[in-house]
Amino acid sequence: MSLIPRPYRVVDRREETHDTVTFVLDPAGEPVDVFAPGQFAMLYAFGVGEIPVSLSRAPGGRRLTHTVRAVGAVSRALCGLTAGAFVGVRGPFGTPWDIEAARGRDLLVIGGGIGLAPLRPLIDTVLAQPYRFGRLNVLAGARTPDDLLFKDEFPAWGKPFSAVTVDRPSDDWGGRVGVVTTLVHEARFRPGRTIAFLCGPEVMIRATARELIRRGVRPSHVQVSLERTMRCATGHCGHCQLGPLLLCRDGPVVGYDLAEPLLTVREL
Amino acid sequence: MMDLARDASFPAATRIFEEGGEADRFWIIRSGTVALDVHVPGRGRAVVETIGTGDLLGWSWLCPPRQWHLGAETRTPVVAWEFDAPAVRALCVERPALGLALVTLVAETIGDRLRATRTRLLDLYGPSTGGPASCL
Repeated sequence: MSLIPRPYRVVDRREETHDTVTFVLDPAGEPVDVFAPGQFAMLYAFGVGEIPVSLSRAPGGRRLTHTVRAVGAVSRALCGLTAGAFVGVRGPFGTPWDIEAARGRDLLVIGGGIGLAPLRPLIDTVLAQPYRFGRLNVLAGARTPDDLLFKDEFPAWGKPFSAVTVDRPSDDWGGRVGVVTTLVHEARFRPGRTIAFLCGPEVMIRATARELIRRGVRPSHVQVSLERTMRCATGHCGHCQLGPLLLCRDGPVVGYDLAEPLLTVREL
Repeated sequence: MMDLARDASFPAATRIFEEGGEADRFWIIRSGTVALDVHVPGRGRAVVETIGTGDLLGWSWLCPPRQWHLGAETRTPVVAWEFDAPAVRALCVERPALGLALVTLVAETIGDRLRATRTRLLDLYGPSTGGPASCL
């Protein structure tokens, strides 16, 4: 793990939506250690600041792929970078998705909004080794059709089921409308032999986890990626504390059996 | 109750019922997707929700004034069980235990949709608190 920012060069940039950009970064010197799906880096926009950003593509050699949504000063600065620009990278930080736990089991991968980005490396990994896993279901929710990430990849994810739904359809939207939980009953999975991976707004995570548990998925088989403000990423500053957890170190990926009691405490 | 059901199928882009019409039937969708919509003056039909396999289509038949408060149009070919609402209500009066069970099921569906609607009101996919997925 690199605790000091290392220079990386932007070698590719793709606008996913009006406010979200995917970057591919190559090391300009010594690379950071290899990431696992679910882990995050601290990306430093020089002269502006540093933010946590999950990996959004399965690790491929020394190359890193991140998807950034422009919602604050640092993320706006990052989104404004073009090919050839430099950023600082620290990491990898945090807990990864426990993909080994899904070996031989069905998978439910459920993302809301930008929450789909940290799940894509997991999907990449599963699709690269389909013989190791059961059925893959990918469900995604977005605010509008224009906010949906990775649209062109969904057809390849449908093994056997992938679906998207939006809160606010445009007039020409022919797909689903509603919350992402409404897609669960169409997914093809055996509740007792399923591992679920959830990332998105916390309210969505709670509602989806409840629905899965109601259908027979064990809470310990629901992995969630949680968010609190992260600053140091090394478990020292305490900004990301959630009860006994420091999410930059003990998360962001946490079992729902551990997370559920914490998410219902208002003071946390 | 299944004795009262009959098979129904609708091609894609079929209007099943219109907002304000008499709610004299309901359906359990066996396959396919149906969009529920509201007429917005100057804009046309705005889709507020889609429902699919296993879902109940229509609950306005249960309570007065028994008029559809939304319109429904198939997005894909739909196969469903169709029920005659007055016959089902009569059966519920005749057999209160069945009536209670049915009303409980319908209330559960209404509750699910209410919760989903409230969740959407929160506009959850807006900017979040600063974790690695939100990218503040």
